[in-house]
Amino acid sequence: MVVGMTLSTFLQQLINGLSLGSLYALIAIGYTMVYGILKLINFAHGDIFMMAAYFAYFGISVFFLPWYVTFIITILLTMLLGAGIERMAYRPLREAPKTSLLISAIGVSFLLENLATYLFSGKPQAFPEFPVMTTPIFVGGLSIQPVSIVIPIVAFFLMTVLLFIINKTKVGMAMRAVSVDYDTAKLMGIKIDNVISSTFAIGSGLAAVGALLWCMKYPSVLPLMGVVPGLKCFIAAVIGGIGNVKGAVLGGLILGFSEVLMVAFFPSLTGYRDAVAFIILIIILLFLPNGILGKKQVEKV
Amino acid sequence: MKNTQNSLGAYLKKHWKTVVFLVLVLIGIGIADQFVNSFMRRLLNLSAIYTIVALSMNLVNGFTGQFSLGQAGFMAIGAYTVAIFTVPVGLRSTIFYLAPMAPLLANIQLPFVVALILGGFLSAGVAFLIGSPCLRLRGDYLAIATLGFSEIIRIIFTNTQTITNGALGIKSIPTISSLWWTFGIALIVIIACFLLINSSYGRAFKSVREDEIAAEAMGVSLFKTKMTSFLISAFFTGIGGGLYAALLGTVDPKQFYFTLTYNFLLIIVLGGMGSISGTIIASFVVTLGQEALRFLDEPMAFGLDLPIFRPGLRMVVFSFLLMVVVLFYRKGLMGTNELTWNFIANKYRSIKSRFTKKAASAQGGDSK
Repeated sequence: MVVGMTLSTFLQQLINGLSLGSLYALIAIGYTMVYGILKLINFAHGDIFMMAAYFAYFGISVFFLPWYVTFIITILLTMLLGAGIERMAYRPLREAPKTSLLISAIGVSFLLENLATYLFSGKPQAFPEFPVMTTPIFVGGLSIQPVSIVIPIVAFFLMTVLLFIINKTKVGMAMRAVSVDYDTAKLMGIKIDNVISSTFAIGSGLAAVGALLWCMKYPSVLPLMGVVPGLKCFIAAVIGGIGNVKGAVLGGLILGFSEVLMVAFFPSLTGYRDAVAFIILIIILLFLPNGILGKKQVEKV
Repeated sequence: MKNTQNSLGAYLKKHWKTVVFLVLVLIGIGIADQFVNSFMRRLLNLSAIYTIVALSMNLVNGFTGQFSLGQAGFMAIGAYTVAIFTVPVGLRSTIFYLAPMAPLLANIQLPFVVALILGGFLSAGVAFLIGSPCLRLRGDYLAIATLGFSEIIRIIFTNTQTITNGALGIKSIPTISSLWWTFGIALIVIIACFLLINSSYGRAFKSVREDEIAAEAMGVSLFKTKMTSFLISAFFTGIGGGLYAALLGTVDPKQFYFTLTYNFLLIIVLGGMGSISGTIIASFVVTLGQEALRFLDEPMAFGLDLPIFRPGLRMVVFSFLLMVVVLFYRKGLMGTNELTWNFIANKYRSIKSRFTKKAASAQGGDSK
């Protein structure tokens, strides 16, 4: 066996893993932020991601808008969608039992999927190609799609911005306060509803960026495209420690790397690719129930 | 001996309405079994199967307060067990034409009932594996793990060509057509659930739902209680899945997409989380309603070529319905109540008094 050959393949797979992991991280942040504040698994997050892909598809392929206009509109529309879902489906249930909230989230997810199937048909649509992004370039014997490099750069830039927002701005401080103690934050005069809306908007915006990058890499748009990435990214958030933004990034990267490397080293297991995440989830829940960076939660009476 | 007869007599005397009702239901099924056409027969069978699966989902989600979304996966296990073990040995080579069936299984054929129960046990076994890590934790991990499991099981069944015939699925499963199989088992499950809920186990389930910390303080083992409920639920769901396979005659991995679970979620939310009778009513309403609303998918619904009627609208209406129920009628039809004779009598009385009050106030208005 030629060592150099395997090394370059390995590097290639590492880059693939990095870009897939960064995509997962972008979506996982939305889950972890919402969970941190509302203690809710936002089942609709994967479908918000799907809707963003459709917005972009319609912008470019149907309305022939320039790509940068489309991207801005897509991100804004998706943020609006996320905040709107919170307003319509979650806010009326603020005082209701948590199960109702969870069912409402599943209901929204189901509604978005069915609505997309009904409006856009169940057939996959081809996302417009970006040759600049997908034509492989050769660097030292590696053939790399530029998009695989762009994804991690964009993702890490956005995460830095997000960490800045959370740690240095007033909204971020309010978010942290609400996630530590909902009721006390309310008593301190924090406008909870505004904080929650902005959390949903930010999470959805990141999912929209994730969807745009995702579609450049895998150019096909269909109504159920958000389901499996959605589940995996929630798992990524759990692995890293739910409620923790850095944890979501770490979890996303772990998931991306393990998925790509498993397929690279055990090609016969390719069919089981989507199962990796769930196996990791079970292992993590057994040994580190609070995730890698999560804090131990004590339930009080 | 005399004593048991006496207590049986007393029991009959106390519950004669229920006994009469049950006998009427059995007669009704017998009559329906003789006269309904094949379309209606299939629908009724499906309703009964949905009752079984929804009831077992309600056991975990409604009565024990845990959130499991693995119904489709557990059904798949039951359905595939029945499919693999009941297809006649002679037909197997034509079904498994891409790759022959694993030699270990190729010559085993079991009677339907045995395969059905085996499916139930297999699905309970898998539930044990998922439940062991997830049920120890508080929170919603069970929801995501069970949803993930139902995806994994589909992936596994798609890839194990020599056991499940992969994406092609298994055809020529001997079908059941009589209503007695599905309704008989549904009745057994309903009665089992009633007895379970009113036993000490059932009270433990409800105490865990109401307050985990208080339940634990009262000596209820949280993990054991949740696990019991989860295992019983998985067992019944596996059996429901087996019946589903025998009703349709074919299984393939696509039938068990996790959106199937959402049907049962709609049923238990509509019927009332924590109500057995609500679940039964909702199972029939939803199954028959899904058929009745099929016109929404037809382009020529009202004799006009309206562009809003096209495939997919029915599911949009259904998911919208789920949202409306969750947002505005959170308790569903029954809440946590049961449709007992007392409940009906109370309802009747309250409606009656409302009418008499109205009439009285109307009369009062007249006399003035």
